[in-house]
Amino acid sequence: MALGEVVFTTSLAGYQEILTDPSYAGQIVTMTAPLIGNYGVAADDDQAARPWAAGLVVRELSGRYSNWRADGSLQDYLARHGIASIEAVDTRRLTRHIRSEGAMRAGIGSEELGEAEILRRVQEHPPMAGLDLTGVVTTDEAYPVAAHGAERFRVAVYDFGVKRRSLELLAGRGCELTVYPATTPASEVLDSGIDGIFLSNGPGDPGAVPGVAELIDSLAAREIPLFGICLGHQLICRGFGAETFKLLYGHRGGNHPVQRLETQGVEITSQNHGFAVRCDGDLVPGAPDLLVSHINLNDRTLEGVRHRSLPIVAVQYHPESAPGPHDSRYLFDEFLRMMENGPGPT
Amino acid sequence: MPKRTDIKSVLLLGSGPIVIGQACEFDYSGTQAVRALREEGYRVILVNSNPATIMTDPDLADATYIEPLTREWVERVIEREKPDALLPTMGGQTALNISLELSDAGVLDQYGVKLIGADARAIRMAEDREQFATAMQRIGLSVPHGGFVGSLEEALQVVEKIGFPAIVRPSFTLGGTGGGIAYNRDEFDQVVRAGLAASPVGEVLVDRSVIGWKEFELEVMRDHADNVVIVCSIENFDAMGVHTGDSITVAPALTLSDLEYQRLRDAAIACIREIGVDAGGCNIQFAVNPDDGEMLIIEMNPRVSRSSALASKATGFPIARIGAKLAVGYRLDELPNAITQMTPASFEPVLDYIVVKIPRFAFEKFPTADATLGVQMKAVGEIMAIGRTFKEAWMKGFRSLENGRCGWECSDTLADDGLTGDDPASLLAALRRPTAERPFQIKRALQAGLDVEAISEASHIDPWFIAQLEEIVEAEDRYAAVEAVTRDELLEMKRFGFGDAQLARIRGASEAQVREERWNLGIRPSYKMVDTCAGEFPAATPYLYSTYEDENESIRSDRRKVVVLGSGPNRIGQGVEFDYCCVSAAMALAEEGYETIMVNSNPETVSTDFDVSDKLYFEPLTLENVLEIVHLEQPEGLVVQTGGQTPLLLAKKLDAIGVPILGTSVDAIDRAEDRERFEALARELKIEQPANGLAMSAAEAIKVAERIGYPVLVRPSYVLGGRAMEIVYDDESLKSYFERAIRASPEHPVLIDRFLEDAFEADVDAVSDGERVLIGGVMQHIEDAGIHSGDSACVVPPYLLRDDHVEEMKAHTRALATALHVVGLINVQFAVKDDVVYVLEVNPRASRTVPFLSKATGIPLARIAARCMVGRKLEEFGLSSDPLVSGVAVKESVFPFDKLPGVDPLLGPEMRSTGEVMGIADSFGHAFAKAQVAAGNKLPLSGRIAVTVHDEDKPNAIPIVRRFHEQGYEIWATAGTARYLQARGIPAKPVLKVHEGRPNLVDHLISGDIDMLINTPLGKHAQHDDYAIRRAAIERGVLYTTTLSAASALCDALIGLRFRKPEVLSLQQRVIGAGAFATTDLEPGMITGV
Repeated sequence: MALGEVVFTTSLAGYQEILTDPSYAGQIVTMTAPLIGNYGVAADDDQAARPWAAGLVVRELSGRYSNWRADGSLQDYLARHGIASIEAVDTRRLTRHIRSEGAMRAGIGSEELGEAEILRRVQEHPPMAGLDLTGVVTTDEAYPVAAHGAERFRVAVYDFGVKRRSLELLAGRGCELTVYPATTPASEVLDSGIDGIFLSNGPGDPGAVPGVAELIDSLAAREIPLFGICLGHQLICRGFGAETFKLLYGHRGGNHPVQRLETQGVEITSQNHGFAVRCDGDLVPGAPDLLVSHINLNDRTLEGVRHRSLPIVAVQYHPESAPGPHDSRYLFDEFLRMMENGPGPT
Repeated sequence: MPKRTDIKSVLLLGSGPIVIGQACEFDYSGTQAVRALREEGYRVILVNSNPATIMTDPDLADATYIEPLTREWVERVIEREKPDALLPTMGGQTALNISLELSDAGVLDQYGVKLIGADARAIRMAEDREQFATAMQRIGLSVPHGGFVGSLEEALQVVEKIGFPAIVRPSFTLGGTGGGIAYNRDEFDQVVRAGLAASPVGEVLVDRSVIGWKEFELEVMRDHADNVVIVCSIENFDAMGVHTGDSITVAPALTLSDLEYQRLRDAAIACIREIGVDAGGCNIQFAVNPDDGEMLIIEMNPRVSRSSALASKATGFPIARIGAKLAVGYRLDELPNAITQMTPASFEPVLDYIVVKIPRFAFEKFPTADATLGVQMKAVGEIMAIGRTFKEAWMKGFRSLENGRCGWECSDTLADDGLTGDDPASLLAALRRPTAERPFQIKRALQAGLDVEAISEASHIDPWFIAQLEEIVEAEDRYAAVEAVTRDELLEMKRFGFGDAQLARIRGASEAQVREERWNLGIRPSYKMVDTCAGEFPAATPYLYSTYEDENESIRSDRRKVVVLGSGPNRIGQGVEFDYCCVSAAMALAEEGYETIMVNSNPETVSTDFDVSDKLYFEPLTLENVLEIVHLEQPEGLVVQTGGQTPLLLAKKLDAIGVPILGTSVDAIDRAEDRERFEALARELKIEQPANGLAMSAAEAIKVAERIGYPVLVRPSYVLGGRAMEIVYDDESLKSYFERAIRASPEHPVLIDRFLEDAFEADVDAVSDGERVLIGGVMQHIEDAGIHSGDSACVVPPYLLRDDHVEEMKAHTRALATALHVVGLINVQFAVKDDVVYVLEVNPRASRTVPFLSKATGIPLARIAARCMVGRKLEEFGLSSDPLVSGVAVKESVFPFDKLPGVDPLLGPEMRSTGEVMGIADSFGHAFAKAQVAAGNKLPLSGRIAVTVHDEDKPNAIPIVRRFHEQGYEIWATAGTARYLQARGIPAKPVLKVHEGRPNLVDHLISGDIDMLINTPLGKHAQHDDYAIRRAAIERGVLYTTTLSAASALCDALIGLRFRKPEVLSLQQRVIGAGAFATTDLEPGMITGV
């Protein structure tokens, strides 16, 4: 039986990227798009070595797939990886329920278990708030990723649940990467002669991740360019004193408008987060060193920060966007520009 | 960035008459744009020649010009109004082309008019395929490799490089007019020649063929600050090679992975930036190779389009409305999402349902047209259906088509499904050729056991779609085979999207039985909202569709409510004019304090704009779907008069089940339509009818004809637009007609009327409150009797009818309305022959001419009628006398002959026009001239007229031809006609008929020697000679007429034009100036409130 926090994503496509996104660890994903599996699965679309979502809820799982890239059906893929899925659900009703009641614990089980038993198991399952899942999804050992073409920079990646697309985008820009387990001490990373540090996305409650203050303090102290995404963003913010809180039902999908305050430009973003950093206008309460750089235009929540003086940028959403629009790829270029400028105040 | 304050007034161009490729979607976009701009306080000046549109209602824009949409006429409007800006992107290709011409001619600069939304440079770069190809190459995108050529020689050089099949597209034409696919050298020669002729710049694009590739469209919006969003992705069910307007399409795209979709998205964004559409929407088409994913960009329309109307309805994101606001300076993030109202418009809608659009064709009206679907659009309308799965949307879509099938079901005969056999070879051969019947052929192929791969390979349709259809066929087989239907089985079929009527047929039951059983089992649809955000945010606007799921989101309010039934897909005989009436009814009833509930299936319409009514159900107009809405909403009544035949046919069934119908009773409708009952009524009222009879067989028909005398007019009962209506001169033709007509409508007898040759005809539209009758106007047909009223030009006030006959018509109309207890609209058709006024037809409902008459008189007849239906009285509106027309208003019809090669343009009793225009002026000549120009006819102010008329017409032709001669026109005529004219003192140069040698009349037409053609048919069957002449005129764009009455009117028009240029005048000034508003003393708010 699958247990987890049931959430919904409004992404129309990209189910395979979603299932394999480690940020979905511990979550049962409801696809609001009603037809899932149409184009099958392709090995290239995996964002991790295995799917991390706890379960999948769909209106209809396509009985047949058709796409030249596909190397198998979603059904087989789910079965092979032991991911529970359920179809013929009124997913819109479920979505509306989650929207009004919040993301909640849920389970997918067979009828033989009986309703009462299923409910008991669901209630015994730990809630997402207070849960650190980075230890579950992070790499066991550090590993290198070679830069594509000539190496321009050396970047340390903290793997809290990193997606392959993030690594590809960095490597594709000439970054030689070393991906470290989430609990790697800062000193070990900082002593390896690096130009920048990337804090990845990841699942769970940012407030439950241990040792954040020390980690961020140490990294910031060297004034090395720092780039955080999603959980990485939340950890940076917490490291500087900000507060995080659980959103009622989170942001998951590929259509959220985010405004970049510097230009007033709007980018359509890929989103997947259940927690957010508290903000007040363009200030971040508790973290006077941080400035709000991006906000979500749907609900005015914080979507990005930059440090007032240090080369530190972080966004709540997913500029690597797998799945989702590519509007925010400039952030990777910005990270590279920071590394070009080298350590020290901006 | 707030709205611009440097402009105060905006000129908006409509798209003119409804033609294939440019239909009422531009009424929808234009109406939204007008409202959006007025909301912002701009003075809006509108030019559109199409009176059937909602946008031309005088209370919508500040100044409404029903004037021809040509550079010359729009320039006159500019001269008069001096607008600050011109928004060129809301009126289809027509508006875009005129805007470009005005810009090129320096008119915009001269009057200081700024182009907003898209500038001339951007429009040209998108429209000119050479510039477009270069621009795309600049940003690293591929276009189908080929080249632009101005001659056949150059074209051959290009095709040598790229090989066959090749696609030929003329530059600057509408809906791909004149293009084609060539599979060999001979075809190539033909298609290139036709294309070069069709292109106003004599240029065609020869493309690499991407036939069989997957086709996608993205609807893109961009604001001044360079924010770009994709509103919707659309996937074509039919592969490349079938015009997207003729393709079944699906939203969102279903067979693309995110990686592939984002490639299209990136390309679309790069494209709109490179082309530089700086504030507004555009549509970008892509082809994707199914074997390796190679992506080509096919074209970009820098304006709203048919697809953007579909995308707006499919997502709930009002592209035209937002586009208009962007054009005056707003940013996307400054505008609210109209549905959630709490989130901004700078987002990308997500769908939690599937949308299927299916085109509707009219090949039954054009039996000689080539029914193969290709790059030139042939569909006349479309429906959209929404379901939670593709299968459900597909099935609902086929139920919405109103084509005589009760869903996606095969016909009883192979022939009706376009097949000659149902063996695998025949089926596969048929599937290779895209036609309107192909979806049914696919069903037959699946039933015959052909596998998905084979069907997909033959049709180029993606196997994913075919596999979905296979699931439907399998479900149907299971359902047919079960012993007794259980609740689960029935529910499963409903979830697949099967209608009760189709389920009934599968198991040999009646629809009522299935419905009863379903209700007994407690199976009812639930309604879900189209909310742009897949449920992520609460929606404030109830835009609903039905499905079979757990949660129903349509909550009944406790307000008094009415349901307005729309008119379904556009078809010949039922188009935008009925949408105008439905929208008018909804608005009037909202003002009466009712909650208005609209039901319609046509995505091109204003009625399916979610803010036109309080609640919108986007549903098939079938008994089942309407009954379920009625069950949920419990309205006080249904408005069935305003949507044409579609709701009227439903009304009978609804009434039988006890659903309340507003206004005129269903029994009265039947009394008007049932031949025998109506005859009794006419006798009682002492109103003359042409002698007539009913026949169930050819033998009976011949007997009737013997009694009443030839010629006779024959038609099946209960038909639309004169379907299968013919004039028959002898027993032989009657027999042959009968064999065909019986198949056209088996349940109903054939009606036979004495045909009144050379009679004058007229239409009267009136409104009754049940006590008093207001005559909207008497419209005299310009063509003689025998030409369908929808195809004939008409004029109000009448110009050749005697006053006493006009008065008699009015009196008859009042008597009929009173006797039938009409509450609402009534239309009566009359003929006058030998001093007798005959009534031909009574339709107790909105007619096609209601909007035309409303524009001509300034009286909103449909709105008044709707108010009467809920109990208001005419005297309450101060409408004490019948309205007057200020000046003369002419309605002219527009035909699709240029889109359908092989079709004879000869007019007859079967309606074939797709749209209409109006000319309004102070004299008949000027009004008729305006109508002709608006209809796209080139009026030669001097030159050469070729005359070839039937012997019987010769005497009547003399005075007309003489007038032309006296005006200095040179007369050419075929031998017989020439001799006749010369003998009567009119110099006429003889010219050869086709069979007489060369150069003949056709050669002269093609060479451009002739400026106008008067050709009346030689006898009862159009002869080949005549046909060739008329086709040549159509293809070369030479003004032609096939009736003497129209020739005479043209003469008036030309004389009018030669002596004085007609003025342009807004409806508001014309009507108010003439006092029409004042004399009728409308209560405040009655014609406002849009």
